Amino acid sequence: MTRWTSSAPPEPRADDHSRGGGLVVIEYADLECPHCAHAHLLLKQLRVTRVFRHFPVTSKHPRARVLAQAAEAAGLQGRFWDMHDSLLEDQGHLDPPHLWARARELGLDLDRFEADRRSDGVAEVVDEHFRSGIRAGVVTTPTQFFEGRAYAGVPDPALMLRLRG
Amino acid sequence: MIEAGRSAPEFTLPDQDGNEVSLSNYRGKTVVLVFYPLDFSPACTDQLNVYQEVLSELNEQGTDLLGISVDSAFAHKAFQHHLGATIPLLSDFQPRGAVAQRYGVFIEGRGHNERALVMVGPDGEVLWAHKSSTPLEIPGANLIFDALDQQRAA
Repeated sequence: MTRWTSSAPPEPRADDHSRGGGLVVIEYADLECPHCAHAHLLLKQLRVTRVFRHFPVTSKHPRARVLAQAAEAAGLQGRFWDMHDSLLEDQGHLDPPHLWARARELGLDLDRFEADRRSDGVAEVVDEHFRSGIRAGVVTTPTQFFEGRAYAGVPDPALMLRLRG
Repeated sequence: MIEAGRSAPEFTLPDQDGNEVSLSNYRGKTVVLVFYPLDFSPACTDQLNVYQEVLSELNEQGTDLLGISVDSAFAHKAFQHHLGATIPLLSDFQPRGAVAQRYGVFIEGRGHNERALVMVGPDGEVLWAHKSSTPLEIPGANLIFDALDQQRAA
């Protein structure tokens, strides 16, 4: 049986989406969530290592899982972060034609992108991220983990100050 | 607050559609009573949304969820729609918080519930109870899975 019980606070893993350098922040976020877009714009200003994990809350954001899988599919062509940024920085255009337009802009192989975003492998990656968030006690998006502690919601000035190092 | 090992007080309350729901309807199954402060407060929205995401997994483990607050059935209907959720929401409206009081999770001075989870077993016994230290603190769904795991191990 798949385990959903409590785990230790998340640690970065070799297969994570990770970029930047310095202090490590693990973000659980939903790409349709406006608070996650806000958090992204704040974290983007910092010189930190950002580790991203999907936490799609589809009852609240019906496109969340589709977007998570689209970002993963872009990742299979080496463009995860470009798709991540593209989605979070313009959440007004999230339907399939907009996804294709974004994929085209990023120079992705569209047929492959379409097949990958619906594949079981990509769905399993998103499931695994979500489950790891549940096990770490995530109840709101975004939630950041920094030095083993959870920070729910958009990073507040105190957290931002600490992340500035 | 009610403790594990006690018999869960029986109740009948209307759900969001006005249907009467009794705790005894759930005999033979495990049910988690999700006491929460109020419909439409931002924290509850996240709590029930996240629980909704793991509902199918809980159902597979033989467990149902029931939300309970002092809001009216009509407010619950609107809230359920707002959440995009299917978890039944029970209205402990009149007398206000009467069921929550019997479970020891009603805040008299504020007129609404604590944020608390009470797991009731197939035979109507309280298996596990958890209360947040403040109503703002949301218990993760992992705690429910932990409690189910402990029951299986026991």
